[in-house]
Amino acid sequence: MNPLAKPRWSPYVAGALIGVLSWITFATMDKALGTSTTVVRAVGVAERAIAPEHVANNAYLTKYLGTPEKPKPWFEWQFALVLMLPVGAFLASKLSKSRIKESIPDLWRARFGDSKAKRWAVAFAGGAIMLFGARMAGGCTSGHGLSGTLQLAVSGWLFTAALFAAGVATAYAVYGKKGADHV
Amino acid sequence: MSDAKTLILGALVGLVFGFILQKGGLTRFRVIVGQFLLRDFTMLKVLLTAMIVGGIGIYAMRAGGADVALHLKSTAVLGNVIGGLLFGVGMVLLGYCPGTGIAALGDGSRHAWAGLFGMFAGAAIYAEAHPWVKDNLLGIGAYGKVTLPSVTGITPWLYFAVLLAVAFFGFRALRSFERRRQQPTAP
Repeated sequence: MNPLAKPRWSPYVAGALIGVLSWITFATMDKALGTSTTVVRAVGVAERAIAPEHVANNAYLTKYLGTPEKPKPWFEWQFALVLMLPVGAFLASKLSKSRIKESIPDLWRARFGDSKAKRWAVAFAGGAIMLFGARMAGGCTSGHGLSGTLQLAVSGWLFTAALFAAGVATAYAVYGKKGADHV
Repeated sequence: MSDAKTLILGALVGLVFGFILQKGGLTRFRVIVGQFLLRDFTMLKVLLTAMIVGGIGIYAMRAGGADVALHLKSTAVLGNVIGGLLFGVGMVLLGYCPGTGIAALGDGSRHAWAGLFGMFAGAAIYAEAHPWVKDNLLGIGAYGKVTLPSVTGITPWLYFAVLLAVAFFGFRALRSFERRRQQPTAP
């Protein structure tokens, strides 16, 4: 069977390919894979359109976007990378006809019921807490969890260990053992 | 390398990365949350394999004399750890990390949109909180751009050998655990 049409690849194959992808970014682009800095740039550009002075006075945002006198280009390689992530996933899902329409995941529904508002509110809060943590730590699962750990960076291993510990604790607090048996 | 070429390469890498994430199952809520419930180890298998293949390749290129630079993020113990803890909480509530969540938009996950807007909010709030975080947290345990080999003086190859052993034996043990789980003994 055509591997592109298969709905799932072996996790080892997927992992090895991601490893090879990291060679390409290091060797040809002189970059490490990352994602969450782009979220900062995107939100900074949006804020700048509404409140340019506020952004100009924010040290964190000017670090990425530059100052009004010396703006930095916000549409750089990582922004292009992040924009193409859903395109790649879309193609993959279409080729295997495995695309889903998921407003409420089954695991969530079994525990919290059919309220879309509830699920979306928690997804929003989760995204916010996650990105706040990523920026405090200086990276996310791509920058620390993958690029950091594979370079044997101390920061990447600290981040990843903490993320797994908190993740397991949160998952059991939210879904419980009964939820785990639903997976 | 010119900016245009880096941009195009970045877009291509993003396309392929998103493709692999979907094929690997990581654009699925059930797979991510299942990992943290210790019931579906797809995420750990992908991550550990990527780490080993990627890391050995990059360290080998450097050892072979290729002009490949490391891109290390600074170690600030408290920031890395508290940030990582918050990240883990948020990731389980959303069911995705930033990369897999954004890729999941293309795989048909609709609630991932709520997550994306949450990420924007989190980034905006952090931008306001950064001065406080920097003054109070990021200075604690700040060692700069250090690696496990540079801190311990142990060759990187030993770390990769250990990772390989952990992956090999860990995943083999997991396979028998997964087989036991699939046996229809539970009601």
